[in-house]
Amino acid sequence: MEIIVCIKRVPDVSEIEVELDRERRSIVATDLDYDVNEWDNFAIEAAVRLKETRGARVTAMTVGDEDSEEVLRRALAMGADDAVHLMDPEFEGSDAWGIATILHHAIADRPHDLVLTGAISADQARGQVGGMLAAMLDIPMIALATDLSVEDGTATVRHEVEGGLERVEQVDLPALLTVQTGMNEPRYVSIRGIRKVARTEIPVLTAAELGLDPATIGAGAVRVSEEGLSLPTRGEGAEILSGNDDEVIAGLVERLHQQGGF
Amino acid sequence: MRKILIVVERARGALDETAFEMLSAARGLGEITVAAVLMGEDLGEPAAELARWFDEVHTFDDPRLGQPDGDFQARLLAPFVRREQPLVTLVPHTNTGMELAPMLAARVDAPLIADAVTLEVAGDGVRAVRTVLAGKVQASVSATGGPCGVLLTVRPGAFTLPDVPPEAAGTVHAEAIPDDPAPRRRFVETVAPDPGAVDISQAEVLVAVGRGIEDEENLDEVRSLAEAMGAELACTRPVVDKKWLEKSRQVGTSGVTVKPRVYLALGISGSFQHMGGIKGGPFIAAINKDPAAPIFDVADVGVVGDILDLVPLLEKKIRGRKA
Ligand SMILES: Cc1cc2nc3c(=O)[nH]c(=O)nc-3n(C[C@H](O)[C@H](O)[C@H](O)COP(=O)(O)OP(=O)(O)OC[C@H]3O[C@@H](n4cnc5c(N)ncnc54)[C@H](O)[C@@H]3O)c2cc1C
Ligand SMILES: Nc1ncnc2c1ncn2[C@@H]1O[C@H](COP(=O)(O)O)[C@@H](O)[C@H]1O
Repeated sequence: MEIIVCIKRVPDVSEIEVELDRERRSIVATDLDYDVNEWDNFAIEAAVRLKETRGARVTAMTVGDEDSEEVLRRALAMGADDAVHLMDPEFEGSDAWGIATILHHAIADRPHDLVLTGAISADQARGQVGGMLAAMLDIPMIALATDLSVEDGTATVRHEVEGGLERVEQVDLPALLTVQTGMNEPRYVSIRGIRKVARTEIPVLTAAELGLDPATIGAGAVRVSEEGLSLPTRGEGAEILSGNDDEVIAGLVERLHQQGGF
Repeated sequence: MRKILIVVERARGALDETAFEMLSAARGLGEITVAAVLMGEDLGEPAAELARWFDEVHTFDDPRLGQPDGDFQARLLAPFVRREQPLVTLVPHTNTGMELAPMLAARVDAPLIADAVTLEVAGDGVRAVRTVLAGKVQASVSATGGPCGVLLTVRPGAFTLPDVPPEAAGTVHAEAIPDDPAPRRRFVETVAPDPGAVDISQAEVLVAVGRGIEDEENLDEVRSLAEAMGAELACTRPVVDKKWLEKSRQVGTSGVTVKPRVYLALGISGSFQHMGGIKGGPFIAAINKDPAAPIFDVADVGVVGDILDLVPLLEKKIRGRKA
């Protein structure tokens, strides 16, 4: 069984005061930590577990710049057999459609029984690449998978559906699944683990090598254009309590009490 | 006059509020035909209800659509969208909508804007605002479609419900369903929630904890705080993903819907999927060490600080006050 996992390197902004550049086109990216997209980490783990339990070859793929190589190495350290780096200046600025198009060209001509993506990427929060890729490959897709097993060319998938419910469905391979967080417990990646795969060759494929017409990808081909960014207006929200710890907590206790919090 | 198509979702048989929220969004665009698209089985009743609101109702009534299957739906709707040539197709940004929309967009070769919170016509296309980077930044995006227009998934709750049915006297069109495409997924079962699990949906006071708790052991502090307040313990999804608390304590769109009087959010960023599970406009208090956390936009009162320091202090003061 051939499993392809699509992964992305994303910045962690959870504790960062985000600033915009002067043109309000992008964020000022100083001091940002990057890591593999949370959802994609569960997808890699799912693939590696299938490899361990029933045998499979796992290939991790990303569309991204040089720095993105680190998430591929991380996937190799987790147990992926191969990694493919889709990198070309022409790819820069691609929207979800562009990314799906690039992945489609990279996957269509190689064996793929199971294609896994994350449900959504933490930075863009679109949740589009997986579904678009499935339609382009014309293979069936199930979104938001929370459990997965494969037997005799059929995947049994539990996934999240409407109204907070979950449903179990079966689909014959090849198929694409988007993976929801919590599907498994992704294994820890040690520095030693990364070091072990430091020399593994990671082929880079460019637009030309993928037979991609540059006019269909990259910033010039976006279907959804970003006109500008803004920060949510502050001040309309919470009353922020000020003072030392004792004072703010006293204020909080007072308000919780007034509102019937205890 | 060009059309707006609205894909209607139903949960446990009932029409989802998102259908009417998207109707509000569509009516805001001016003189335009607004058509509901309803897929499922035995659609007579819901179709009649929708006809009171929408100018047209297109039903796809088939036993094979009894369980939503975004893969089948996308292949079924693609020829329909090509025929209707809508200006815009709106799909709710829900679990099933997120599954359907990207496949439909790719099949009809139309741009797709995800998770829109506003919607306006701009030139031949549309413009919308969506949030990126964990809710910290808003992006204004635009798209111009070809013959099949532009698709958008719309965030639940972003548009207000219309208050009175306009008695639109819409027409109902039963769409023919060809044998091909056929479903490629097979339904096995719906997973029933564990009946023995704790029920936080009725709790009046909730102490909710997020990823900011950092470690499983630190949960003890939060447990004793909840106990001191006589509150029920709740959490965000990452806490459940790590198996630190039971799924039945997860508040949000893929968890439990709660309607407490007071909600104390500890180390929670305030994602819309989490906040989407909090109904009834409770008093929300938040402690977070990031002054830019989106939770402070929706909370009533906030403290910028470290929960690991402040939670024990809060518990002590509450116990003192109660004594
Ligand atoms: C389809 C789908 C469905 C989802 N459903 C749900 C759902 O039902 N419920 C849900 O909760 N999520 C859901 N999510 C996930 C959601 O998008 C967010 O990822 C999640 O809510 C974030 O949880 P969090 O706030 O605990 O973590 P984070 O977003 O990581 O925030 C942690 C916060 O803690 C703060 N912090 C860190 N350390 C401290 C400290 N020591 N003291 C004080 N503050 C600290 C940080 O500043 C940060 O603001 C869903 C996602 C998808 C795609
Ligand atoms: N640049 C990329 N390279 C590889 N996979 C990607 C890339 N961007 C998105 N994906 C995949 O698509 C999923 C959904 O991303 P998105 O549609 O951007 O929210 C991610 O979880 C990844 O699995």
